[in-house]
Amino acid sequence: MDTDDQLIAALARDLDGSFEALVLAHQDRLYSIALRMLGDGRDAEEAAQDALVRAYQALGDYPAERILELRLRPWLATIVLNLCRTRIGRRATAGRPPLSLDAAEPGTMEPPTEGRTGPAATTDRRDAGRAWAALLLTLPPAYRSAVVLRHVDGLTYPEVATALDRPEGTVKAQVHRGLAMLRTAFEAAERREREEMTA
Amino acid sequence: MTIDDRELEAAMATLLTTAPPSLAPGVLAEVGLADRYAQFESPIGPLVVAWNGIGVSAVEAAPDDATFEASHEARTGRRAIRAERLPESLGRAIGRRLAGDRRVHIDLDLRGRTDFERDVWHKALEIPRGEVRPYGWIAAEIGRPKAVRAVGSALGHNPVPLIVPCHRVVRSDGTIGQYSLGGAHNKRIILAAEGLDPDRLESEARAGIRFVGSDTTGVVCLPTCRHAQRISPAHRVPFRSMAAATAAGYRACRVCRSGSGVLAA
Repeated sequence: MDTDDQLIAALARDLDGSFEALVLAHQDRLYSIALRMLGDGRDAEEAAQDALVRAYQALGDYPAERILELRLRPWLATIVLNLCRTRIGRRATAGRPPLSLDAAEPGTMEPPTEGRTGPAATTDRRDAGRAWAALLLTLPPAYRSAVVLRHVDGLTYPEVATALDRPEGTVKAQVHRGLAMLRTAFEAAERREREEMTA
Repeated sequence: MTIDDRELEAAMATLLTTAPPSLAPGVLAEVGLADRYAQFESPIGPLVVAWNGIGVSAVEAAPDDATFEASHEARTGRRAIRAERLPESLGRAIGRRLAGDRRVHIDLDLRGRTDFERDVWHKALEIPRGEVRPYGWIAAEIGRPKAVRAVGSALGHNPVPLIVPCHRVVRSDGTIGQYSLGGAHNKRIILAAEGLDPDRLESEARAGIRFVGSDTTGVVCLPTCRHAQRISPAHRVPFRSMAAATAAGYRACRVCRSGSGVLAA
């Protein structure tokens, strides 16, 4: 029995007594998904909080048998992604400029290097993380959500397909295509940086 | 420079991050499994207000955070988590309610309380600022005229004093009576802040005045009813009992419902 199975059994038995365990077990991944979809920490916290509140309300309405059949990881991912989509849509109608490749800072596009430690490596990693996060935000939402669920959250392809309610083949193609777009963007940023240095 | 799939995937994996510490308490409070609390300035000094997604769950004078957290958890079974401040809308609503605006709606979390207690508290909410009613009045109004003592006990257990104005309920003999939020002294301070003169209230009660009539309208009120407060001294007729007022040809006021609780009193 993995941890989620135990958690689901506990939720079916005593929602109020075990819901905090669900929050603690899933808050980091739901926040990460929202942060990588939305790009803003405060928006992401609100979306993740809202998702967990809705999960609690839904679990309160479900009979125990239905809770026992839940696949918690993709189910929670679906809830948070739907909330992110609503927020992205609201932004678009509010006329906020869509994020573009310019948001990625050149010069910080190092892929993670193994074997480096210490404060300097931490700073590099943080800068690299920021740059990758910015690149990710330039992907169209359909590709972004597939890449985020598969490679940031670490869901399996069948789980990603369930969470996004898309066929597994489509999801695989979207992850693949999303990574290809990231690679192109990464290499373009690198090239720009080299040109600036030699100019 | 090129980057292969494995590096790209590894870079994505580093984007998994930790949630801010405020996320979990926010969720648990929103669904009513934990409470947030913060300080609130009142006429009797700083108070602690606790709330969750259902409503306000406690108003208390606590010497320090640890004491409040322990007593709150013992009473409700829920953890109380310190917040920097009240949510702006709640702070504004409580301020308006204390200023006498009874239309402002404040959700309350009264889970685990009896129907009788809720009836008592809801009735107390009807008493306007600057007025008081006797315990017996509440008992009669909620259809339990003999439960005067139980009304006193329910008011003593009011988890949200000030918001539910149990300070506006006084003893049937007209004396101010006890108060859960720091005793009778605080009750006098709050009533005075609401425009009543507690000393005068008690001296009239000692003189046996329970009702005040107007000889121009023939209506008899509880002494603090806003209509009673408007009667000029020349037309003010004090009564010791409703029976005496009725015998003199007066009828009970429909605003303060001075006729309620007469049987019990």
